[in-house]
Amino acid sequence: MDEGLRSELSKQGIFTITLEGLYNWGRRSSVWPLNFGLACCAIEMISASMARFDLARFGAEVFRPTPRQADLMIVAGTVTKKMAPQVVRLYNQMPEPKYVIAMGACAISGGPFKQGYNVLKGIDRYLPVDVHIPGCPPRPEALIHALMTLQHKIDGQRLAGPDRPRHLRAEAPSEFVIPRFGAHDLEPPQHPDVWQPPAVIRGES
Amino acid sequence: METLEQIKARIEAALPGAGLRLIPNDSPANQPSLLVDNAHAVAVASFLREDAQLQLDYASNVTGIDWPESVRKEKVKVKKVIDGVEKEVEELIEKKRPGFLEAVYHLYSMTLKQGPVILRLRTENRSDKAHLPSLTAVWRGAELQEREIYDLFGIVFDQHPDLRRILMWDGFQDHPMRKDYVEPDDYEYEPTPHDKVLEKAKRHYASEANR
Repeated sequence: MDEGLRSELSKQGIFTITLEGLYNWGRRSSVWPLNFGLACCAIEMISASMARFDLARFGAEVFRPTPRQADLMIVAGTVTKKMAPQVVRLYNQMPEPKYVIAMGACAISGGPFKQGYNVLKGIDRYLPVDVHIPGCPPRPEALIHALMTLQHKIDGQRLAGPDRPRHLRAEAPSEFVIPRFGAHDLEPPQHPDVWQPPAVIRGES
Repeated sequence: METLEQIKARIEAALPGAGLRLIPNDSPANQPSLLVDNAHAVAVASFLREDAQLQLDYASNVTGIDWPESVRKEKVKVKKVIDGVEKEVEELIEKKRPGFLEAVYHLYSMTLKQGPVILRLRTENRSDKAHLPSLTAVWRGAELQEREIYDLFGIVFDQHPDLRRILMWDGFQDHPMRKDYVEPDDYEYEPTPHDKVLEKAKRHYASEANR
């Protein structure tokens, strides 16, 4: 609909919206996060949800203690190799549409523990992450910014067409491979459909 | 509190036959420790806990140390005949020391507000005879920390009530805190590798499959 006509109609008390806009508005205004934290980033996440930073302004204050009612997984903290299968399992138990925010240096890359024997080098090895937040830990404002980024992303999603989101494509996977505990490392060390190591282009010298 | 020499003398008087050795510490901390032989470890630990003057009722920290096989230089005084005159000369000799694992107990007394007394236990070697007696029976709080040492260093604590891995998963085969631990080739990407990470990168790209 023409923007000018819509504006004119709203002056007459007639509000118009596309179905897509209504659908996305509803989804982005009630993103319910899963109530779990892994390390110190969780403290910032809790802080963001309390009165001072007030995540409720964005409709995301209802932290659900069960994955069946959650839309958003905030991976807040260091994911150890021992914890990784449980994190993926929780994600698999969430109903579509579902989103992941990787919060903090550890969740996005392993952070200060990156080359350690016990820490995963980022949860994006196993899960499709929508928003990465750097920081150690990120401030609550950063988490709010990540949520707003996610809301923009949801706003831009189309209901039909080839670029429609994953939950509207029947053939797209909703569950991801849960890594197994191996003798020396997790097996597989990463899920190739979700993540590939970036190609390093080296100069001649 | 008594010095460690006095404590050692009293233990030797109370428990004849206990093999004790004082290990000095040359660092500024100057905290000497007591090396106890494995056969008498539980008896010595109970003595330290029950003794009226010590009452070391709190094992604040239990940790492990890995000592791989090493060559140690020692100064030895040797008599030598130089220019027809017999003289005492200091000589450096190299001694091979077989590897072993160590468990270190830091003990305090909550009742008397004193400590620490540091106990060391040594295994015979780092492979098949990495056994130590568990002191969980004396200090209940040592249970989880001994499990951690078992997990990360591979010391088997005999008579431990529940010896399982605690930080890594059950199927894990290595002991990551040992100095010869080889981590899996999990190198993926680093924009500017340096030092140890650079070595790791070189090793990773050396194998054909990763080119």
